[in-house]
Amino acid sequence: MPRRLPQPFWLILAGVTAAYLVFWLLLLGATATYSTPQAWLDTLLKAEIRHAAWLSLLTCTAAAAAALVIAVPIGYFMARRSFRGKSLLDAALDIPIVLPPMVVGLCLLIFFQTRIGRAIETLIPFTYTVAGVVLAQFVVAAAFAIRTMRGTFDHLPARPEDVALTLGATRFQALWHVALPGARRGMVAAFCIAWARSLGEFGPILVFAGATRMRTEVLPTTVWLELSVGNLESAVAVSLVMILIAVAVLVVVRATGERV
Amino acid sequence: MIALSHINWQSPTGFALRDICLDIPVATYAVLMGATGCGKTSLLEILCGLRVPNSGKVLLGGHDVTHWEPRRRGIGYVPQDLALFPGRRVRDQIGFAPALRGAAAAEMATTVQRLASELGISHLLGRLPENLSGGEKQRVALARALAAEPRVLLLDEPLSALDESTRAVATHLLRDLQVSHALTVLHVTHSRTEAEALGQIRLRLDGGKIIHESQPGTPPALE
Repeated sequence: MPRRLPQPFWLILAGVTAAYLVFWLLLLGATATYSTPQAWLDTLLKAEIRHAAWLSLLTCTAAAAAALVIAVPIGYFMARRSFRGKSLLDAALDIPIVLPPMVVGLCLLIFFQTRIGRAIETLIPFTYTVAGVVLAQFVVAAAFAIRTMRGTFDHLPARPEDVALTLGATRFQALWHVALPGARRGMVAAFCIAWARSLGEFGPILVFAGATRMRTEVLPTTVWLELSVGNLESAVAVSLVMILIAVAVLVVVRATGERV
Repeated sequence: MIALSHINWQSPTGFALRDICLDIPVATYAVLMGATGCGKTSLLEILCGLRVPNSGKVLLGGHDVTHWEPRRRGIGYVPQDLALFPGRRVRDQIGFAPALRGAAAAEMATTVQRLASELGISHLLGRLPENLSGGEKQRVALARALAAEPRVLLLDEPLSALDESTRAVATHLLRDLQVSHALTVLHVTHSRTEAEALGQIRLRLDGGKIIHESQPGTPPALE
């Protein structure tokens, strides 16, 4: 029996997909082969690089957790309620996604020069501190987490929550006992997206928290610092570490998403 | 027991219920018929408090409950899609209402066992909703609603997703449950056969208005 030839339409689409992947593989391959393994090892053993790596992991986790804490209620509210001006609010929630990163950093810096900002800083100092790194990551990551949770709740039917109300639940109990268990996958995805976004954050951190070695330096700022002093091999080594972490997150998201 | 007094309600899409008046006595099985999209489900949602009418009153046992929260009304609701809680085993579905009212573990287990036995689902207590057949899901949804000890039970097309033989068994089950729990039931359907088999009162929703097809006292045609 003769095999059916793939239609030209699908061949073109497959070609576009393959070309895009090949482009990325070439970029990664060029980066990976730029330096020697010994040079990588030397870079990664530097105390300041290890400090930046640990600080990155710590601040990303804190920022992603905080992002999830606000993304769940906001996503639920936006998915379940209809009100005048909802589309405007929806657009406003996306502002951190579309703002240039440097502008986000500048906004944070200016806010903490205002009376309210200074009052907050007497309690928790943010400007040029580790808390500032977390806040700068959180501001952008939260917008992505909110979008993910909104999509999750949009796809979950509201009817089981309605039934829970007739069974004696308050609105909060219906959210806690019925909606949240159904939104587990979305929550894992929102956390991972926020975490990955925080890992790549650079502009707002540089402007708002600075790039002080062994203090507020995270991996993206390390790449910039190493590049700015012409140390290309170190910059490449740190970039590869970030690529490996990103791939690991992607794998974990996929695996968890299937199991949760 | 259940009374609607001059209920008007308009959906955001323009669909409306107009001047609905209804009175269902205690421990009566009422069936509401009507074409798809005529507002039967909206009427049930107004009764159980998930929607608030634009005007008119919802009365339960003589009390005006129009603005009461659903949880205070003592009404059990089984929606058409049954809406079982995702990721919760049958035991937890039935135990949901007792757990909310703070029942002790032993009391909760007794309630779950009693209802599961009454509805013939004792062997399903450890299962998740996705591992149940349509008929089993329906029994679980009924047990879950009854665990809240409601005075009124609202059923939205409870037999529509069942095959013919399961439907006959379920019809008898519904009638038995209504009698044994002394429930006031409002059962929504578009099947005349179902209405004649179960309804002590048969009503029709047409053009946004309620038409009485039979009066209390008319015996149901159930064998």
